[in-house]
Amino acid sequence: MERVPVLKIGDILLVSIQIDMSDQTALALQEDLAERIVETGARGVIIDITALDIVDSFIGRMLSTIASISRVLDAETVVVGMRPAVAITLVELGLSFNGIRTALNVERGMELIAASHDDLGPDEEMDDPEPGQAATSV
Amino acid sequence: MTAGVDLSPKAQAIGSDEDVVRVRQLVRTVAVAVKLSLVDQTKLVTAASELARNTLVYGGGGTAEVTVVDDGRRRGVRIVFADAGPGIPDLTLALTDGYTTGGGLGLGLSGARRLVDEFDVDTAVGEGTRVTVTKWSR
Repeated sequence: MERVPVLKIGDILLVSIQIDMSDQTALALQEDLAERIVETGARGVIIDITALDIVDSFIGRMLSTIASISRVLDAETVVVGMRPAVAITLVELGLSFNGIRTALNVERGMELIAASHDDLGPDEEMDDPEPGQAATSV
Repeated sequence: MTAGVDLSPKAQAIGSDEDVVRVRQLVRTVAVAVKLSLVDQTKLVTAASELARNTLVYGGGGTAEVTVVDDGRRRGVRIVFADAGPGIPDLTLALTDGYTTGGGLGLGLSGARRLVDEFDVDTAVGEGTRVTVTKWSR
């Protein structure tokens, strides 16, 4: 069985799917990612599907599951690079990408993850507030 | 019609995960050969992926046969998925969005139907199921 490589860049895990995945390969990717998130303490996962010429209900479900798993493990998932024909087909198939964040490309995906960390920033520092700054964080 | 493009009927056995991938690749090759638009290729390959998985998971394996059809005005691709599995006891229910007996999303059959131009299911309990789909060029 082929495996999809998971790359670590800073505190982001990048997965670029370059093969026509069998269902078993998709399930293995789901498990590999969960392990790598915990192992690396990654805060974000970017899944690049630029090379995928279809996303069927199985792959769609895998993407949703990865997003849910990573959320539980305190990481944000962004799916990037969906082709227009794939988007049209997904909608007609009836797949709702509920709970999945998307971005046009890897760069925008990284910006999205960085921005969601900035939003969390003040909350994390609330235990030790500087006088006058704590008020802005609520 | 381009000389050298092989448009004879082709069959692919469906007995494993990897065979579902092979069905997708075969259908894509034929869809490109009859010059379906990119969106129509994507829809047909996605539908084929759903139906091939059904043949494997619910039918216990079978075959996919891909044929180029011509109605005198336009060409299309017809795929017949056949298995000798348990059959579908309640076809109306099986065609309902979200209904599944296999733990999936329940979009396989109903979603595939929306992605093609012609869709026909012939099933008998205890004998098997035959799903025929056709996508025409525009």
